[in-house]
Amino acid sequence: MAYPANYRYTREHEWIEVDGKTGTVGITDYAQNSLGDIVFVDAPKVGATVKKGEVFGSVESVKAVSDLYAPVSGTVIEVNEELASSPEKINTDAHKAWIMKVELSDPAEADSLLSAADYDKFVAEETGH
Amino acid sequence: MATTEKPFVGTPRKVTEHLTQNEKLSFEISSPGKKAYKLPPLDVPEVDPSELLGEAARENTGTLPELSEIEIIRHFTRLSTWNYAIDLGMYPLGSCTMKYNPRVNELVSRLEGIAEAHPYQPESLSQGSLQIVKLLQDCLIEITGMDTITLQPAAGAHGEFTGILLARAYHNSKGNPRKNIIIPDSAHGTNPATAAVCGYQVINLKSNAQGGIDVAALEQLVNEDTAALMLTNPSTIGVFENQIHKIADILHAKGALLYMDGANMNALCGKTRPGDFGVDVMHLNLHKTFSTPHGGGGPGSGPVACKKILEPFLPIPVVEEGSDGQLHWNYDRPESVGRVRAFYGNFGMFVRALAYTLANGPDGLRQTTEDAVLNANYLRKKLEDVYDLPYNTPSMHEVVFSDRRQVKNGIKTGDLAKRLIDYGFHPYTTSFPLIVPGALMIEPTESESREELDLFVDAMRQIAREAEENPELILNAPHSTRVSRLDETTAARKPVLRWKGHPASTPLTPDNSPAKEW
Repeated sequence: MAYPANYRYTREHEWIEVDGKTGTVGITDYAQNSLGDIVFVDAPKVGATVKKGEVFGSVESVKAVSDLYAPVSGTVIEVNEELASSPEKINTDAHKAWIMKVELSDPAEADSLLSAADYDKFVAEETGH
Repeated sequence: MATTEKPFVGTPRKVTEHLTQNEKLSFEISSPGKKAYKLPPLDVPEVDPSELLGEAARENTGTLPELSEIEIIRHFTRLSTWNYAIDLGMYPLGSCTMKYNPRVNELVSRLEGIAEAHPYQPESLSQGSLQIVKLLQDCLIEITGMDTITLQPAAGAHGEFTGILLARAYHNSKGNPRKNIIIPDSAHGTNPATAAVCGYQVINLKSNAQGGIDVAALEQLVNEDTAALMLTNPSTIGVFENQIHKIADILHAKGALLYMDGANMNALCGKTRPGDFGVDVMHLNLHKTFSTPHGGGGPGSGPVACKKILEPFLPIPVVEEGSDGQLHWNYDRPESVGRVRAFYGNFGMFVRALAYTLANGPDGLRQTTEDAVLNANYLRKKLEDVYDLPYNTPSMHEVVFSDRRQVKNGIKTGDLAKRLIDYGFHPYTTSFPLIVPGALMIEPTESESREELDLFVDAMRQIAREAEENPELILNAPHSTRVSRLDETTAARKPVLRWKGHPASTPLTPDNSPAKEW
């Protein structure tokens, strides 16, 4: 699956779509595919502060529980409630099934993240294909 | 691939189909009024529970299954015939060390004075039990090369928790509990969980190309905020950390401690000692290395051995020899982290582990380690031409393959494992360690004979051929079990944790479902 060109990506396999001061965060299609069927998403609470590079939640699949790393710093302004009852949305459309929306404390932070092309290359190296 | 003939279907040599009896839930086979007991007539005044208990007395006792003695015996006996256990065959569940539980352990633990001992017995009548505790402690201290030990923790992760509590108490006594614990990405998931529960931030350390610790990266990470490194040695890919001295030095130079997860101690026992290569604190899994029951509820036992600097913080009580020559429990240890377990730990497991240790003796323990490593390497050699080996580093007690060659036919490690069930083996560990995508983690242990290993090799090689020539067969496996693929995803997403049906109202309900087709 192609990685949307307007998103930015982390080496921990999160994506972020930045619109002004708001960042929408999810996990990539590669991440959902490696995890397998996702059964639970542990998202932060609205109002929580997240810090770039630090854990903000976790996703549980039938295989393992994996931490989620914040691509940027900021305050959580919305979480995707739908994932509480339908975590499989991440498996069916990872690049649409967002986990949280963050008000960025420093929009410049997103610039240091990977572009779609760089992320694609990173995944290729990681998997050795 | 042959085009005209039928696609290849392997021949399991270890198993054949045979009849096992169907069994419903005990609730479903219940019928009112049946009992598996007969009480003598009441010869004391009857008590009204509601008078005694007030509001707490339960009026509706709920619906419990009602069966006769022979029915309940048959119920559980039938269920037991569906089971797989180490006593039926090889159980190569990597990292779990599912080794044989020698019968001598059971014999000794059933001796009357041991089996009937009670923790409230006075010390003067418990000297034998205390000697078992003391002697096992001494043996484990000798085997690990540490200075002291507690047998209290009830399992591996509980041991980790206790060990990190000791590290925290130690740093606290120096005036600063510190902030971080460094954990390699190949670690058991319990390691980061332990660190977090003990109030530490987890710092993830990426493995190097050989699957070991990246010493240069570690050196960058360690500073005065580092409380400890939690290291599994040999690692979860079965590789010995040959830089372990250097790793210990890096930590100690900054005042940090080296914690060793002893999950893989069965690869070191009698060969090398963690205490000698710089480990400060570690746990052992008696249910792995020391052959006490594992699985089915164990119970486990996770002793924590440590260096002298951590001794003041050990959980209470600690067994000590008094001036009267008797053994006593000492509770007067002001710096102790406190109790981590009721009474003294899983004493029954101490007896078994001690029986195993003494029955083997030093040379025997060394031999089990060598046999475990030999068996893993035998499997590696016999399978490395058909399964991908992601790390070439020499294997210790387990070997980790990946499903890379089979994935191109759409077959993942979990599918291969399901097919292995049809060949009469318990599956290996799938999808762990996480640093190997599609891992097949195989640990034969020393318990297996050459003959059993050859059957396993034969099964794995036939499955590899099926993966090439008949992938559908594997994707739908297992074929020979009572149930085939269970819907693990729905079970996890929408768990049903309680039986909610109604018990059978009459003993014989006609079953109108269609007969099984043969």
